Amino acid sequence: MDQHQPHIVSNTKLIGIWLALLVLTALTVAITRVELGGYKVVGALTVACAKAGLVIAVFMHMKYEGVLLRWLLFLTLVTLAIFIGFTFFDVLYR
Amino acid sequence: MSDMQPTAPSFWNDTGKTGLTSWIFSTDHKRIGLLYFYTTISFFLVGVVLGLLLRIELMAPGRTIMGAQTYNALFTVHGVVMIFLFIIPGIPGAFGNMVMPIQVGARDVSFPRLNLLSWWLYIIGAVIILVSLFSGGGAPDTGWTFYVPFSSRTGTNVSLAVFGVFIVGFSSILTGVNFVTTIHRLRAEGMTWSRIPLFTWSLYATAWVQILATPILAITLVLVMAERVLGTGLFDPTRGGDPVMYQHLFWIYSHPAVYIMILPAMGIVSDIIPVFSRKPIFGYKMIAFSSLAIAAAGSLVWGHHMFTSGMSDTAVVVFSFLTFIVAIPSAIKVFNWISTLYKGSISLEAPMLFALSFILLFSIGGLSGLILGAAATDVHVHDTHFVVGHFHYVMFGGTGFAIFAAMHYWLPKFYGRRYKEKPAIVAWALMFTGFNILYFTMQVLGMKGMPRRYYDYLPEFGPLNLVATIGSWILAAGLILMLVNLFRGLFRGEPFDGNPWGGATLEWSVATPPPTENFEGEPVVTHGPYDFSGVKK
Ligand code: HEM
Ligand SMILES: [Cu+2]
Repeated sequence: MDQHQPHIVSNTKLIGIWLALLVLTALTVAITRVELGGYKVVGALTVACAKAGLVIAVFMHMKYEGVLLRWLLFLTLVTLAIFIGFTFFDVLYR
Repeated sequence: MSDMQPTAPSFWNDTGKTGLTSWIFSTDHKRIGLLYFYTTISFFLVGVVLGLLLRIELMAPGRTIMGAQTYNALFTVHGVVMIFLFIIPGIPGAFGNMVMPIQVGARDVSFPRLNLLSWWLYIIGAVIILVSLFSGGGAPDTGWTFYVPFSSRTGTNVSLAVFGVFIVGFSSILTGVNFVTTIHRLRAEGMTWSRIPLFTWSLYATAWVQILATPILAITLVLVMAERVLGTGLFDPTRGGDPVMYQHLFWIYSHPAVYIMILPAMGIVSDIIPVFSRKPIFGYKMIAFSSLAIAAAGSLVWGHHMFTSGMSDTAVVVFSFLTFIVAIPSAIKVFNWISTLYKGSISLEAPMLFALSFILLFSIGGLSGLILGAAATDVHVHDTHFVVGHFHYVMFGGTGFAIFAAMHYWLPKFYGRRYKEKPAIVAWALMFTGFNILYFTMQVLGMKGMPRRYYDYLPEFGPLNLVATIGSWILAAGLILMLVNLFRGLFRGEPFDGNPWGGATLEWSVATPPPTENFEGEPVVTHGPYDFSGVKK
């Protein structure tokens, strides 16, 4: 059940993802120019999550992995989200 | 079980080689465990000497043996050595490695080479930390917490020390990965989740904290280096940075890290108490579950170190509330241990005495923690010697005493020889007495307002400080007696064979000392870890 064929991702797909990452990076920079106040953080984090998601799913092959690994990764990300989230009890209410 | 004849040679002389390289390049979990044991205990002794020097300085007001800068450097090095080089790797690295694979019925951990790499990373990190003390601007003087803005400005060698801690962090992560995998994949037939000994359960919960929290410390330390070397300004308010953010990042790791320190210690105590009470542990499931609950809830309380940092009031209330929640699973454990003792047939041998004093000292530490966890009272005692007393009760009285218990309980099994009982008990009594004189007095001093991290104090604190320093000497005397007696016994003492304590976990069913692959054939587990019905004592 844990056996899986090594999955080979095509070059076009890899380049496509790379371009998408570049576009998203540009978007991150663009967001800083818009007056959004506290929502700037939300914007930047959303873009960052999208980028990380692409890297994890394709470059790190998570898209082609079994359920257990996906859950483990999910757990890690939830932990990270909680850690970051809890600092906002401070930052947002100072 | 005790009449089992070992056919395989013990792990001490399996390869026929005895030189240093047969140890430092070994992938046998027992040898790596012993490597970890001897290195962590050596750093403990270094830390103790530094602690005693600090106490001598505080023996009387004014300058006694050192000036302010030396004092600052010494308490920093004392803290860094004790935390990162002794207490965090201490139990998982040493006793976890030695005992856990046998407890689950495995021949070794899942990734033996990664295990060796973990020890090497620990050594490399430790060497870097030691080098940092004598190079560059000299030993760091920031305290073990490396708080900005001071840590980004001081001329002492913070960058290198922080880099050393960074490397040691990786060794901790590797141990965690190894233990989670081993406990999931290498359990023997019949070793169901509800038959796993509680020591292994506690290592399992700890391993998750090591994996999930340590990377955050690593990143935080990289940021401190970036701040110093590149001047990034992340924590510098004049450039839009936020110094309080450093404290968040630091404590997001370092509070869970106190569970890396205490959970395995609770595991040791949970394994020892039933054996010396000849009774199954009370509330097995709750103890196992509360380890996980402590690991999870304990990850959400880091802000209690920051009540006076200028953090928002909302955060103060939230973190204070969450801190009180962690007290629940901790109390569950304490009550379960006490219930195990109730009507047991208790024998007060050395491992048991250390385990019992763990319960008392940990409870004093934990309850004084509630005084610190309540925001209102914390403001009064924050950064005083009350805090110093509190964490020594938990880390030294708790984890330290649990390590001493483990040394007396498990080391004879691995050496096949044992210490003398009488001196062990005298040593315990000295340490227990000295410990309380030292740290309880510190807590009183803190209540009276003596701040921590100062080499000098107001004359009115003089008498109590003298008492505390005398306590530290009693403690040290007990420690020396304990170590001399223990090691003399392990190398030259009476033979220790089979299962004299009458333990029911798997490590007591293998030959003494265990052979390289631990078991003759595949073990099959047919009863729970605290089922003493078939065990002779
Ligand atoms: C004989 C044993 C020990 C003695 C005499 C001792 C004494 C002290 C003293 C006097 C201080 C500094 C108080 C101040 O001015 O702030 C201190 C700090 C500290 N100790 Fe110990 N200690 C001992 C063992 C331990 C152990 C076993 C641990 C941990 C497992 C430990 C961890 C720490 C830490 C983390 C600090 C704080 C350092 C800082 O402020 O950055 N100590 N100790
Ligand atoms: Cu804490």
